Amino acid sequence: MGADELVINMGPQHPSTHGVLRVKLKLDGERVIGSECIIGYLHRGVEKIAENRTYQQFAPYVDRMDYVAAVSSGLGYCEAVEKLLIVEAPPRARVIRTILTELQRIASHLLWLGTHALDIGALTPLFYCFREREEILKIFEKYCGARLTTHAFRIGGLQYEAYDTFEKDVERFCKDFESRIVEYETLLTQNRIWIGRTKGVGILTAADAIAFGVTGPVLRASGVKWDIRKAMPYAAYDQYKFEIPVGTTGDTYDRYLVRMEEMRQSRLICLQAIENIPSGPILAKVGKVLKPPPGEVYHAIEAPKGEIGYYIVSDGTVQPYRVHIRPPSFINLQAFDRMVRGHLVADVVAIIGTIDIVLGEVDR
Amino acid sequence: MMNAALQATIEFLKLYWAPLLCGVAVVAILPLIVGYIVLVERKIMADMQARLGPMRVGPHGLLQPIADAVKLLIKEDIVPENADKLVFWLAPVLSVGAGLLSLAGLAIGPAFQIAQDINIGILFVVGISALGIFGIVLGGWASNSHYSLMGALRSSAQLVSYETAAGMALVSALLFTGTLNIKSIVEAQSREGIWFVLLAPVAFFTYLVASIAETNRAPFDLPEAESELVAGYMTEFSGFRWSLYFLAEYTNMIVVASVATTLFLGGWLRPFAGLPRLNFLDFVPPLLLIAVGVYCAVRVSKQPTRVQQMFMLAVAGLCFVVALVLAAPVVLPIIKPTLRAAIAPFYAGIHGGFWFIFKVSLYIYFFMWLRFTIPRYRFDQLMRLGWHFLIPLSIINVLLVGVALIAGSYFHLRGWGLLLVTTPAAVIALLAALLILGAEKERNARQNQTAASDFYAG
Repeated sequence: MGADELVINMGPQHPSTHGVLRVKLKLDGERVIGSECIIGYLHRGVEKIAENRTYQQFAPYVDRMDYVAAVSSGLGYCEAVEKLLIVEAPPRARVIRTILTELQRIASHLLWLGTHALDIGALTPLFYCFREREEILKIFEKYCGARLTTHAFRIGGLQYEAYDTFEKDVERFCKDFESRIVEYETLLTQNRIWIGRTKGVGILTAADAIAFGVTGPVLRASGVKWDIRKAMPYAAYDQYKFEIPVGTTGDTYDRYLVRMEEMRQSRLICLQAIENIPSGPILAKVGKVLKPPPGEVYHAIEAPKGEIGYYIVSDGTVQPYRVHIRPPSFINLQAFDRMVRGHLVADVVAIIGTIDIVLGEVDR
Repeated sequence: MMNAALQATIEFLKLYWAPLLCGVAVVAILPLIVGYIVLVERKIMADMQARLGPMRVGPHGLLQPIADAVKLLIKEDIVPENADKLVFWLAPVLSVGAGLLSLAGLAIGPAFQIAQDINIGILFVVGISALGIFGIVLGGWASNSHYSLMGALRSSAQLVSYETAAGMALVSALLFTGTLNIKSIVEAQSREGIWFVLLAPVAFFTYLVASIAETNRAPFDLPEAESELVAGYMTEFSGFRWSLYFLAEYTNMIVVASVATTLFLGGWLRPFAGLPRLNFLDFVPPLLLIAVGVYCAVRVSKQPTRVQQMFMLAVAGLCFVVALVLAAPVVLPIIKPTLRAAIAPFYAGIHGGFWFIFKVSLYIYFFMWLRFTIPRYRFDQLMRLGWHFLIPLSIINVLLVGVALIAGSYFHLRGWGLLLVTTPAAVIALLAALLILGAEKERNARQNQTAASDFYAG
């Protein structure tokens, strides 16, 4: 270590590392010349737990990985097991699944926006974001009784029928949300300081993003038009019209714009979906005891943070032989070092915020 | 020998009993005032963020500052193991001492000034308040922590960069008065019948920005940016020591707001003080307080407990009493015109105090408003704003104001007439500002190009 190099530990209890991420920063003055992410403080061995649970028993565990987007994790797991069982959820279930996951995407992005802005020093958007997120969580609560770790879906379809005013609640939220998103944008989008803090910060080129395996808004902000909802449609996404926003430079500001636009698109998907929810059963014919045929399957969906994939190996018993999870947060975090090099300490928090990680998912 | 010392002490007390008493009063009351400023800040923040803010301790959280103070006082006092104990102890005291001392020079109304008529008044206030930075630097160094040290370094760099701009802005205003004496500065504005904010708007703007940076408030609150440096220089401080730093920060806010009020906003003068036709404005202060009092009285029945109802009633009563005090010097001369001369000094003192505090509050409100609205600057951006924009702008402005004044004296312009020459000066200064910004943008673009090319070099 040179005489003018300074190593500081950010975290695991630092206020802006979003949980228990520990970053070892090598600094030259205030400039970052190297970084190392130290993770695992929240490791719970989720994948190992899966081997000792039946397929249904494991479903609630995936909610506890990305606990701010539990519905999306749950959808990925349920669809993966359905693929393994070779059953398909009925159309009604698929549409309701789509609505709930898109609401979850908005909720997750709102949480990201609030905390990201807070890290950069804008105190107020956080409270506006939480106000709207609360509305979404209320819909979840009315639907399945839980707000955060919802376990909203069941393998083969849905656990619960949509409640009476479900469509009305979603519609009202979508109506209100249109003006609310303008409110956040007036605070931030054209703000000189916000632009100064985010433009040109943490640039990730398209080639780098692909090389790192980065997915989700981070990848799209770098200019790669890749969204599993379009590329390999699941649930009911093939029925709806929506745009995939992409950025150009791949800096923090682009990622901000992409996520803001994604919220708008999610809102549109919800509005299209509630217009016509097909009637019919909500659960496909699956047995009480699930015994998938021996084999393996990989199924990925577009979670708010990127591609969440489940690789499940079945040996024909009631328990999976092996479950591997591809968490978007963990893989997106790999690009962190490339993004922070040469930037200032102040940019580090902006970059951690812009990757949008949840440590529960990184550490599993 | 003893006798002589005693004699000298008595002589000293005879001469200076009034300022001493005032000083003790300020030291005693200021923490309370600061506590309530914090409460108001939290309430304003809550209002802007669609929530209620403190509501539990007392009606509408009115006793929250007292509860917070008690909590801070009885907290465990932690000194880090490898800290320099003496400096660690001294630093917050130094910070708060400088803040309090600079209050001494300020005049809150024509009647209330502790250090009366120092001929270098404004220089004294600015100089002493800048000393507070020693407390911050020493505190950051003494706590023996990376975060603290970085916070302290940032703070000192920030002060050095912005003190220059602030000083130049003050010079622009001082050119109109030709004196540093605080009372004379306000009297000059009274004589001209126009506040210097209109004559030197660019200087006011420069001072506004620089004063936010100097007091380490958002968007320039980098020394204590919680998302980067935990709490900056205050990281290792807790309990009472921490509250001393807090007190110093808010005292500094009051000081810069008072300096701005004195120099630019007409000090204790009522708006349009020179126009007898607008004398009805004298009724605004008492009516304002009566309105607050009535609101409190109406809210009494809404309070959940008996104690809170009583408290609310007491607040309403207090408002009415203050309203009475403010109304008396306005109403009495109308009833009994013979009393006018006798009451005049009371009127000046009481209403002057009100208007001064009112303007200071507005200035501080602006600080808070900014804090909740905009994100934080990055350190290099902050430095660039200071050195590349504010300092050149303020120097250009001093020159332009000087030229305008010479032109003004050539044409024998006074008061509002001075606007004829100062407005063009301000416009030219703004054009210069645009030029500086343009050059800055060009330079940035050039720098970004070079930065992008070797981005992956390291």
